[in-house]
Amino acid sequence: MIEHVVLRHRLPGMENIHQLAAYQASGGFDAYRTVVTSMTPQSVVDLVKASGLRGRGGAGFPTGVKWSFLSNRFPRYVVANSDESEPGTFKDREIMERNPFQFLEGLMIASYAAQASTAYNYLRGEFWELAARLDAQIAELHAAGLLGKNVLGTQYSLTVHNHLGAGAYICGEESALLESIEGKLGQPRLKPPFPADRGLYGQPTVVNNTETLANIPPIVARGAEWYRTLGTESSPGTKVMCLSGHVANAGNYEVPFGITFRDLIYGLAGGIRGGRALKAILPSGASAPILAATDKVLDTRLTYEDVAALGSQLGSASIILMDETVDMSWVAMKTTHFFKHESCGKCTPCREGTYWMTHILDRVHAGGVQAADLALLSDVTHQIGGKCLCPLGDFSTSAVVSSLKLFPADYEQHLAVAASVTAKPAARAKVAQPVS
Amino acid sequence: MQKYPAEVAAILARYPADSKRSAVMPLLYLAQRAENYVPAAAIDEVAALCEIAPTQVASIVGFYSLYYDKQGGKHRIQICTDLPCALRGADEFAAGVCAHLGVEMGGTTADGKVTVEGVMCLAACDRAPMFQVQNGAGLTFHEDQTLDSVKALVAKLQTE
Repeated sequence: MIEHVVLRHRLPGMENIHQLAAYQASGGFDAYRTVVTSMTPQSVVDLVKASGLRGRGGAGFPTGVKWSFLSNRFPRYVVANSDESEPGTFKDREIMERNPFQFLEGLMIASYAAQASTAYNYLRGEFWELAARLDAQIAELHAAGLLGKNVLGTQYSLTVHNHLGAGAYICGEESALLESIEGKLGQPRLKPPFPADRGLYGQPTVVNNTETLANIPPIVARGAEWYRTLGTESSPGTKVMCLSGHVANAGNYEVPFGITFRDLIYGLAGGIRGGRALKAILPSGASAPILAATDKVLDTRLTYEDVAALGSQLGSASIILMDETVDMSWVAMKTTHFFKHESCGKCTPCREGTYWMTHILDRVHAGGVQAADLALLSDVTHQIGGKCLCPLGDFSTSAVVSSLKLFPADYEQHLAVAASVTAKPAARAKVAQPVS
Repeated sequence: MQKYPAEVAAILARYPADSKRSAVMPLLYLAQRAENYVPAAAIDEVAALCEIAPTQVASIVGFYSLYYDKQGGKHRIQICTDLPCALRGADEFAAGVCAHLGVEMGGTTADGKVTVEGVMCLAACDRAPMFQVQNGAGLTFHEDQTLDSVKALVAKLQTE
């Protein structure tokens, strides 16, 4: 079941493809050479469209279609989204550490397709050591004539720069990321206009996830038809699934779309630690609704469409597994604290709502809550969902809403404690004020 | 910033000549290099280089987690206590580190060498417990950690 389209460094004899010579010896940059010397930008866009490649950052939007939206103005920019900050995601880091040139080749092919002469790779600030290595690798590409003026003797010129963020989850949202490169607060823009029309510095811009870009060289080298032999009709190719939490063997697993949760978790990843029962799955980090680990869920195929049909999202496939010992109200408290910290503050429902959710959930765990507090919690989620500029607001409610619905007993056990201290209604009203 | 003319020039060269503001984030990392926080005087210098107001630079320092406007420890041990790490014992690990150093979470050791902070996901969930160490020179990841390994590291940091 394991396919290595992106994590090719895991194949026998490919351990050293983080070195330029080894990467080139394995056919590296042949695709870029073909593209730059013998293909029109439009034919590259058409090829990626035909492959059915979908964005790996979470939204799953068709990459070639995204490229085709670029307005007819210049200069244009291509930006790699290497912000990788979703809790449970650690795939882009492995790609950039172990197979960096395939990612860079994909970014360079995308830049040619977009007719951009400058590309930026936006890395989260914590990838400091990684960015230093990529700086050196980009310098090697300049020295080899693959980047710079008149690439490979053609009229095409391209420069790539790394840009480090500084600890802000919101910068993974593409318009906030562009604001951040422009030297501003990482706050999302109102859309439209979309980046394809007005992106970086107001110019037409493509923003693609690291893993998405790493898929491009194999698509050019082996063709769209080959790519479509992997995965499913609507979700072609492979996906790097990040498994974390109570799984026996945590890590990245590159598999064709369409493998079931069961085959991935129990077949490839060794099941649950200590042989315990699996209770729940967060399929897309902290952002998507929790799934109860029922047989129906475990037999669901990992594709964008199948996970959406369960009422959740595959997203960036940061699959967090929780065993039978986990209190799901604690999980909601953890994810809510994350979103409170990461809310950019632009939209009131998200900024204030995440604050209120953390206060109520902290109270749940401190003891002293009543059923009315849980109703208030539920009410706050309705005041956030669908009322913000970017999806972070919605994300912040996902684990709360789904855990309240699927695991009410996990909340009610805390109520039992509350009932024993018999809080008076007046006292409860007082508790509902901001603490600090 | 006058100490780093070559670095400043290299940073400004990465962005369009009419978009100097883009250099604010890399310049702030440079401003933090000496003391692991951004001194007030550096705000004005960065603002001048980026051709923006000092308030705009200060707002960047306030918004992004990895910039500091106050002095902390020489080294900041930033432990991920987010959900995936917490499922693998990060909260207990963080409590153990605090107890070893004799500080509360967010506190700094008496010798001013080490600050301990709980932080959000660092993209290393499969290798928890883990933390990063931030100092003026940048950030380094420390994964698959135990209390013993962190004790050895702290002993080393306290001699620096």
